[in-house]
Amino acid sequence: MDSHTVAAQTAETAHVDHEHPPYLRHHFVNVEQQRETATFGMWLFLLTEIMFFGGLFCAYLIYRNWYYPAFVAGSHQLSIFLGTLNTAVLIASSFTMAMAVHSSEVRSRKALITWLLATIFLGCVFLGVKADEYHEKWEKHHVPGLNFSTADFTHPSKDYKDDKLAPDMAEKTQVYFSLYFAMTGMHALHMIIGVSLLTILVIRAWGGAYVNGHVAPIENFGLYWHFVDIVWIFLFPLLYLISRHQ
Amino acid sequence: MAETKHIDEPTHHEEHIVSPGLYMIIGSLLLICTAITVGASYIDLPGDLNAVVALGIACFKATIVVLFFMHVKYSSRLTKLTVAAGFFTFIVLIMMTMTDYASRAWGRW
Repeated sequence: MDSHTVAAQTAETAHVDHEHPPYLRHHFVNVEQQRETATFGMWLFLLTEIMFFGGLFCAYLIYRNWYYPAFVAGSHQLSIFLGTLNTAVLIASSFTMAMAVHSSEVRSRKALITWLLATIFLGCVFLGVKADEYHEKWEKHHVPGLNFSTADFTHPSKDYKDDKLAPDMAEKTQVYFSLYFAMTGMHALHMIIGVSLLTILVIRAWGGAYVNGHVAPIENFGLYWHFVDIVWIFLFPLLYLISRHQ
Repeated sequence: MAETKHIDEPTHHEEHIVSPGLYMIIGSLLLICTAITVGASYIDLPGDLNAVVALGIACFKATIVVLFFMHVKYSSRLTKLTVAAGFFTFIVLIMMTMTDYASRAWGRW
């Protein structure tokens, strides 16, 4: 076949010689290779994300060691209840996402849509709780660069009387809160992107996609979602649970 | 179309659908570990043990998420190698940065 003959083919005539599922792209030999390649690509992206968050975690490690009393006092200002709740919400959303992948694998459209919607719902719950926490930080003057005040640490109320700091160490609580907002903010951005992608996926699933053997998009989005969950699994103890016994 | 790859090929993995029952077990395990982490943070442990316990539990949780929710246990050798390479690079990042600070500027803040 010369190039003109190839170009002149129609959708009906073009695949007579080589039957394959409609979602198999022509630069892949078979569906297994396409799926494996997509998974490999997604993992490479997740590796870059690990290094990205890794830098923030490294900064946290060093500053926590340097300004430990300030980090303890700052951590006590966070709500353990909301942090634990959010952790449970994300773990549940990882479960619903894994079930969505399962639904795609067993080709059940209704189940897939249900589990994707459940994941969206739980993601939005997480973001709502986070927004509430951020608002509380704003009200208490714990946002560095905006309205930060060290008064809560130089002259703590009776609920936090063990968190009294000298003025120079009290200033270092800004480092703690900067890291808090940077790390949870970047994490929340990843959640927002995830929920947006989920919305696209559920709309396409409603139209019948991903239940004909084409599992890869759901599977690989699942990898992204689980990764964001893992980041929170580390963020939670590091930010919320610094020595609650003190 | 070419046939499915040979079983020894590094990019081949057996088609394995993880059961919802296993997902529930892993999910419950994650929730239990979260409760343990929160509980342990209220107990005064000697030295740095609080941080070690918290991070240790977090590492365990991350491991079971990677192996089961992300299907890495049932993936091809290529995928497993990729995950291991990422983990290794992350360790290098943390280790090299921390040894740099620890050996030079520690305490001079």
